[in-house]
Amino acid sequence: MSRMALPDPAVLASAVSGRDRLALATALNLLDDRRPAARQCAAEFLDLLPAEKLDADGHLIGITGPPGAGKSSLTAALIQVWRQRGLKVAILAVDPSSPISGGALLGDRLRMHASGADREVFIRSLACRGEFGGLSAEVWPMSLAMLAAFDIVLVETVGVGQKEIDVSKMTDTTCFVAQPASGDSIQFLKAGIMEVPHVIVVNKEDIGMAARKTLSDLRNTLGRRTDADGWQAPALSASAALGSGIEALADALDAHRNWLLERGQFTARRQRCQAEWLVKHLREEFGRYGIHRLGGEDALFATLMGQPRRRSPIAEYEALRARVMQ
Amino acid sequence: MTTPTKRDKPWLMRTYSGHSSAKASNELYRTNLSKGQTGLSVAFDLPTQTGYDSDHPLARGEVGKVGVPIGHIGDMETLFDQIPLGQMNTSMTINATAAWLLALYVAAAERQGASPAQLQGTTQNDILKEYLSRGTYIFPPAPSVRLITDIIAYTVKHIPKWNPTNICSYHLQEAGATPTQELAYALSTSIAILDAVRDSGQIGADDFEQVAGRISFFVNAGIRFIEECCKMRAFTQLWDKLTRERYEVQSEEMRRFRYGVQVNSLGLTEAQPENNVQRIVLEMLGITLSKNSRARALQLPAWNEALGLPRPWDQQWALRMQQVLAFETDLLEYGDIFDGSPVIAAKVKALVDGAEQEMARVQEQGGMVQAIESGYVKRQLVSSHTERMRAIERGDLKIVGLNCYKETEVSPLTGGVDSGIMKVDPRAEREQIERLNAFRAKRNSTEVKAALANLAETARSGANIMPASILCAHAGVTTGEWSQTLRDIFGEYRAPTGIDIPANDDTRSAKVVTIRSQVTQAGIELGRPLRLLIGKPGLDGHSNGAEQIAVKGRDVGFEIVYEGIRLTPEQIAKAALEEGVHLIGLSVLSGSHIEMVEDVFNQLDKVGLKGLPVVIGGIIPESDAQLLKDRGIAAVYTPKDIDMNGIMVDILNLIRKANDLKPVDPA
Repeated sequence: MSRMALPDPAVLASAVSGRDRLALATALNLLDDRRPAARQCAAEFLDLLPAEKLDADGHLIGITGPPGAGKSSLTAALIQVWRQRGLKVAILAVDPSSPISGGALLGDRLRMHASGADREVFIRSLACRGEFGGLSAEVWPMSLAMLAAFDIVLVETVGVGQKEIDVSKMTDTTCFVAQPASGDSIQFLKAGIMEVPHVIVVNKEDIGMAARKTLSDLRNTLGRRTDADGWQAPALSASAALGSGIEALADALDAHRNWLLERGQFTARRQRCQAEWLVKHLREEFGRYGIHRLGGEDALFATLMGQPRRRSPIAEYEALRARVMQ
Repeated sequence: MTTPTKRDKPWLMRTYSGHSSAKASNELYRTNLSKGQTGLSVAFDLPTQTGYDSDHPLARGEVGKVGVPIGHIGDMETLFDQIPLGQMNTSMTINATAAWLLALYVAAAERQGASPAQLQGTTQNDILKEYLSRGTYIFPPAPSVRLITDIIAYTVKHIPKWNPTNICSYHLQEAGATPTQELAYALSTSIAILDAVRDSGQIGADDFEQVAGRISFFVNAGIRFIEECCKMRAFTQLWDKLTRERYEVQSEEMRRFRYGVQVNSLGLTEAQPENNVQRIVLEMLGITLSKNSRARALQLPAWNEALGLPRPWDQQWALRMQQVLAFETDLLEYGDIFDGSPVIAAKVKALVDGAEQEMARVQEQGGMVQAIESGYVKRQLVSSHTERMRAIERGDLKIVGLNCYKETEVSPLTGGVDSGIMKVDPRAEREQIERLNAFRAKRNSTEVKAALANLAETARSGANIMPASILCAHAGVTTGEWSQTLRDIFGEYRAPTGIDIPANDDTRSAKVVTIRSQVTQAGIELGRPLRLLIGKPGLDGHSNGAEQIAVKGRDVGFEIVYEGIRLTPEQIAKAALEEGVHLIGLSVLSGSHIEMVEDVFNQLDKVGLKGLPVVIGGIIPESDAQLLKDRGIAAVYTPKDIDMNGIMVDILNLIRKANDLKPVDPA
């Protein structure tokens, strides 16, 4: 507990890969720690995580949607289905911080995980801390640590307007939860200002007409559109309250993962996530000037995608940072 | 004194009581009745209220603490041994498991030879307010409303003198409600319930007047007794209008506002507790002075409630206060002394108007159930309570002995061998479990199974739950079995915590700004923002304290993890680990703090978090505070600690100390 004691990165990495819960908690604290010595330790720790798990295994899922759409209750229902299928689940729940105090009220842990005693479910809440476009900067490194220990890592964010979909850039598969009877998301999709998620689900099908209408509007809007990779997003309906449509939702998320694997795009997608995180992080710290110093966004992405992904995003970031500061 | 004056009949006098075991409570009841108490008010322990048998892991430390444990018909028969139920008037503070306890009461009465039609009394049976305050709900709102409806429909037909539901504004005031909010939310609840009864099809149009006539209320009375008196007149007016206009109740008698009262506990202080005596007396005036809106039944808290559980002598003192008012004073010799007062009329009108506006807002959201599910009502209450706490902290709201006139002589009342409070015998829990096991061994398990199967079938079919429950009672089903059968069918619920309210002006005050920068600075020194877990272990649902600390913690810059009430020590340890918190704050008001702390420490050890600082808040007697500190608790906070900023700095310094940092100075 002492402020000076940092863990041994090799011991920690091997304990996390061995699914030790205390080790994972310690690792997440370390990844949150901004002191230089801790950053160095965190960078080494990430480097030592098993490459095959981080590049080609597990499933990193983002779930987003407007407040009140029912993300937590859907997450709860999904956890149940995944646990029945024998999968171990970690959740990163991102909540807004108070703009005045910087303090935050975190998590709806028990709404997501009613019994709260299952050791194969691990939930860490994160305050967005007023940065990173509503997605805390720690999300990507923490996702990696969780992927080393769990089969499914789900990032839940509260989104507002077209920012709702930012999480999609740092996950394998993104699920958008639409609010019945609210046309906003449909308008954003139509106007092309919101990226198309991989799976869209209308929750609360139990309320009837309004949910059915929203589903059919979404299906009409999506038409035969695909994302940049050629995936066509399904629109589903479910009810967390009744437990209906949850198996199908889990199947749809899994189908996108399989599609990436079959087309040999899975590892590239993880690499893309890391590149997105690096560029976003650089832009947060240095603005457009920083990106310009590194040759502009397109060139930067080309470089990052053209070389093997470094296991430690923190080490990679520090290298890029040093080049900006040169 | 010589000429006999015609006096009104006094209200029913009760004392909310019950503890340890059915046998010990029965003795207490018979003593109280012999002292001139005219009705009984049963306090059940938390496992009974939340549907667990005494040997359930969640019941540990709670058995017999805040009330009597009733696990089966044997306990119910013991509780009323030598008390003829055919003549008694019994109020039962029971909600989620009200149908079950009423079934046990009916069955016990039948075994005494009394018929249901003779029975008189009240089941509190207002589960909606449990989602907002008190917290002894089990099921989601829809099945809860159905249970309330079933009890109403059943009693109107079979126990016509019973008050099937006591719609409560009492606990709303305890949760921070202003008089306007009390009026608005209690009456909005009554609309939700009466609509549900009407729509259930269980009551014909002809009998609906009877239903309206059986609805009663349970109200709080605070220290601002003129306003409270006006609140009761406003209730009377609003209820008359509501039943006349919305439900077309013709009979004036059926539209009469009937209510019982327990005066305010929230305002009773731990500091100079003897002052609570005059507070209780003044609060009693608010609901007795005006004849036209006088309480039908009254129970007073004991002067030492903020210290711990009251002793029989403390309860006797409370009863004597009522008797002095009813029998020595001339109160009951006059008509209504406020009729015609323009001052009173203006105040009543302001309350009526405010309440009607808020009731309209609730109806716009689809009604009380929807406004509870969305968290709207709870947020309103948390906001009001936050305002109140800050006014006390600033000294704008004066409380003698607490934030002004604090100097005091040593009180002779809180000395003595028992420190002025009652201690439940620690053997009570073990003995209750032994009795439960003996009862289980004796009953006919085939009959029990059949009765439970019938209950499950009834719950699924939507038929009235009462007859099946009475069969269960006679068959020897236990409280835990009845509840688990319904849990399996109805599911369980977690209510919104309501703490997601906007920050108020106080967050810009100089003190708060200073503390915030100290919290931020410590976060920088420790590498990451400081995080607190606020946990409520056990079955106790009194969440005001936890909510206030959570909101205040956020406002001074902590990241707060708060998950609401009724957590197991295992869940608390798991959350502390997964969330990487710097300190845990526990809140326990049921008296089970010793057991809870022991269990939390064991669980923290298990997950590898030994040494994490843990603080606790609650109704904790001083002798126990030392005991808790000896076991490793870093700080104990009780109701006399009103300086929230001070508590925040204290917590910050405990985190600094645990991490080898020097303490900061208070703001």
